[in-house]
Amino acid sequence: MLDDFMTRAILAGLGVALAAAPLGSFVVWRRMAYFGDATAHAAILGVALSLALSVSIFAGAMAVALVMALAVSILSGRGYAMDTLLGVLAHSALAFGLVAVSFLSGIRIDLMAYLFGDILAVSRADLAVIWSGAALVIGLIGWRWSALLTATLNEDLAYASGIDPKREQLVLTLSLAITVAVAIKVVGVLLIAAMLIIPAAAARPLSRTPEAMALGAAAIGSVSVVAGLWGAYLFDTPAGPSVVCVAAIAFAATSLAGLRNAAG
Amino acid sequence: MALVTVENLDIRYGSNTVLSEVDLVIEPGEIVTIVGPNGSGKTSLLRALVGAVPPAKGRIVRSRGLRLGYVPQRLHVDRTLPITVERFLRLPRRRSRADCLEALDRAGVPELAGRQMSGLSGGQFQRVLLARALLDRPHLLLLDEPTQGLDQPGSAAFYRLIAEVRRETGAAIVMNSHELHVVMAASDRVICLNGHVCCEGTPEVVSSAPEYRALFGTGTGGALALYRHEHDHAHDGGHDGGHEVAHDHDHAPKEAAG
Repeated sequence: MLDDFMTRAILAGLGVALAAAPLGSFVVWRRMAYFGDATAHAAILGVALSLALSVSIFAGAMAVALVMALAVSILSGRGYAMDTLLGVLAHSALAFGLVAVSFLSGIRIDLMAYLFGDILAVSRADLAVIWSGAALVIGLIGWRWSALLTATLNEDLAYASGIDPKREQLVLTLSLAITVAVAIKVVGVLLIAAMLIIPAAAARPLSRTPEAMALGAAAIGSVSVVAGLWGAYLFDTPAGPSVVCVAAIAFAATSLAGLRNAAG
Repeated sequence: MALVTVENLDIRYGSNTVLSEVDLVIEPGEIVTIVGPNGSGKTSLLRALVGAVPPAKGRIVRSRGLRLGYVPQRLHVDRTLPITVERFLRLPRRRSRADCLEALDRAGVPELAGRQMSGLSGGQFQRVLLARALLDRPHLLLLDEPTQGLDQPGSAAFYRLIAEVRRETGAAIVMNSHELHVVMAASDRVICLNGHVCCEGTPEVVSSAPEYRALFGTGTGGALALYRHEHDHAHDGGHDGGHEVAHDHDHAPKEAAG
């Protein structure tokens, strides 16, 4: 069954969608949308470095995403606003990444594949990496769920309950780096943030509790993957962007439904 | 055995010292009201007691196994985060439904369990926060300006609720207020804070004197009291310019005399 490239693509997409759902919910609640974007941009530098050092792309992307996320966590609140800091780091990392790629004369790499992903070229080994990463992220967030949620609501309330909000922030940062690293191959750098945010945002109007929103995001993300890939096959459109398009349509639909409920 | 002992505490944000040389002991079951003008370090002191701000100097010793309940001044729940009151009460520890409903009932808002947190009014929010704090069966309840935004009958009702909570649970209560002169009548101690502890004393319960009644009305059920500031140290200016303005009518005559 795994011999079929379409089956592998769907499984890879589902892995990313399931990890992105709970993580994306936190990204939305904590207003970290740009943070996901920045981490993803930095990952291009990781791709270049891993090609230069001939280590796995996953390891390179993961390392740079992590360094970038930690740098932002440490530097924030020291004179620069968060968005300024993210802008500086993300775009510098992207620029350095693109320049570094140009030095790799011996190797011909398809940069487009990393910017937009190439879900149809996912191998069995990629699948193993994606699903291990997804399982790790889901496990991490599931384990810290209540503490993360408390810290997200109010840091002082977290302290009063014996939770260290900084440690919980680190859990999210780590999860974000893992997700970016595994998702690069599937949806590419430019669309990772979309897979994090759009399904979670689409689930918001349908949810009354945080758990319902995370599950809703997982469902919407999964449907987007399957429908998007099917549509890409049918109409011969690019696979990654087609998945994001379906998610965006889902967002439009639930937002309209939410507006109607609010009015009625 | 004191619940919390604060010794020679300094708090700094960067190079800005907001509190210096604060000594404070909180005994089981007592109600302490901390008054002070805006920016006097009241909230910082509570946050330090909670453990959210590290001391720059001095130390805070909590008794072993101390359970804290904290009600922050403001808590903004982003509209992107859907969460019902009941789910909020169950964070971060699991609670039975019965416990949640009992706590809401205790805080006087039994009807809110199914409501969304982002849709609550200020007063409702305050009571939900109180209910959540009560669920921990705290030894010490820390309330940051709990009556802010409430009118006088509302404040009085909240104070009566707090006094009941103390009576029933035996919890000690530390409460902030920017009202310098009108405090909760059940306070055992009032501490006036302005970057440091200015003075400490007991409140004078609002008597039946007609001038007080004229001032506060009779509808408060004796929940409010006056606090007369007794300053036993000279203010040589500099570090607390706002302080003299805040209640000079109280100690100005004394200083003029001395």
